[in-house]
Amino acid sequence: MRNIRIIARLDIKAPNLVKGIQFEGLRKIGDPSKFALKYYLQGADEIFCADIVASLYERNSLLDIINSTTNNVFIPITVGGGIRSIKDVTSALNAGADKVSINTAAIKKPGLITEVAEKFGSQCMVLSIQAKYRNSGWEAYYDNGRESSGIDVIEWAKKGQDLGAGEILLTSVDREGTAKGMDIELIKAVTNVVTIPVIASGGIGNLNDIGLAVQEGCADAVSVAHVLHYEELTVNEIRQYCIEKNIPVRRLSVDGA
Amino acid sequence: MGLSMADIVVIDYGHGNLKSIQRGFERVGKRVVLSSDPSIISNADRLILPGVGAFGSGMRHLEKLGLADALHDFVKKGNPLLGICLGMQMLFDSGKEYGMHKGLGLIPGIVDKISDKTKSEKIRKIPHIGWSALVNTGCNSNWTDSCLTNLNQGDYVYFVHSYMAMIKGSEYLLSQCNDEGLLIPAAVKKDNITGLQFHPEKSGKIGLKILEDFSNL
Repeated sequence: MRNIRIIARLDIKAPNLVKGIQFEGLRKIGDPSKFALKYYLQGADEIFCADIVASLYERNSLLDIINSTTNNVFIPITVGGGIRSIKDVTSALNAGADKVSINTAAIKKPGLITEVAEKFGSQCMVLSIQAKYRNSGWEAYYDNGRESSGIDVIEWAKKGQDLGAGEILLTSVDREGTAKGMDIELIKAVTNVVTIPVIASGGIGNLNDIGLAVQEGCADAVSVAHVLHYEELTVNEIRQYCIEKNIPVRRLSVDGA
Repeated sequence: MGLSMADIVVIDYGHGNLKSIQRGFERVGKRVVLSSDPSIISNADRLILPGVGAFGSGMRHLEKLGLADALHDFVKKGNPLLGICLGMQMLFDSGKEYGMHKGLGLIPGIVDKISDKTKSEKIRKIPHIGWSALVNTGCNSNWTDSCLTNLNQGDYVYFVHSYMAMIKGSEYLLSQCNDEGLLIPAAVKKDNITGLQFHPEKSGKIGLKILEDFSNL
């Protein structure tokens, strides 16, 4: 088993880091660059920045945030939210991002996944899937969990991989921001059908939730927001927990590098 | 910025996150120039060949800009060259990504897809993404006089790739990582040429140390 990755997720409504529940009722938390730096220094394996109002406002302010963040943060940074074209990907990468995550535009135009993978490599193309449980399965949503696509999540994950996605960011809209535990069945269902890494997101309330996502759900990475922002956990506590539970993680050297 | 002002020249051929590499070197106090000018490249003090994306496309862009020749000219002068990720892979003779492509031929070997099965026939997820520990079993274990000189075995660095180098000659192999039983070349060195499969500019403090030590080679 590979080392799992602990990814600190920042939902941004420029210029602020915000946090909502199921993407609604946003609360301002602070300066996203400062939080990114804090999590980098705590030993996060990656940073994920999501522009959660991207479909509604212009984007330069987000790119400014990415730009100033990457001055101080020397780990991979993924940018998501409102990326619709090769041009958008280029500006995100030029601002210092390493990867982009795409949801809405990929649903509307799946060929974009292939275009991004061919131009920048599949490692750059993270397919973001926002899953909501409906009747007997999960349906892919877009526009931050507001709009239903009618597409089955499991089928979409497989198709996304075939089209060239290098990773899947799988968010449970039902659990997002609730801190009530992750949708382990959802994670399991997706990791079962794809051979690209899956980042589990949405619902982490305590350390045990992370253990379940990895050990039962077979997630390759976890995206952590709420419990970090509200200082209920630190990245290092998560790392120590993983070590105790025999979940392989990156070990930090004594000086915290 | 005049050429003499730069400690590091990063080759800009449209394939990679150059800004991260630039910021990494700047963080350790180095002056960086991004360039696609063959004369600046062949006359650099220290040269970085970055790169993400596909092997064939990378080589095509280098050649189109006249930079493959500039790279060879640079190497002959004996100054330090560092290839990162795809930049490391292109140092080899050839690459098999989307067909067979000729590489720079600076280090003997070919670049091929990482096997998608482990030894126990389990699925190996591709790309290999994440932090893996550097080991030097079966390698030239002498890291002194290389950019790994201040690292310890077992230090973790960040990888993201689907292809790996198959090196001819273990004397060029400085370090590997063990990916679920598969030993993947992580660092190679032949004379003044160093290649890193991982991203030092994305490997936190340890990565910055590597960039700093490369600047002092």
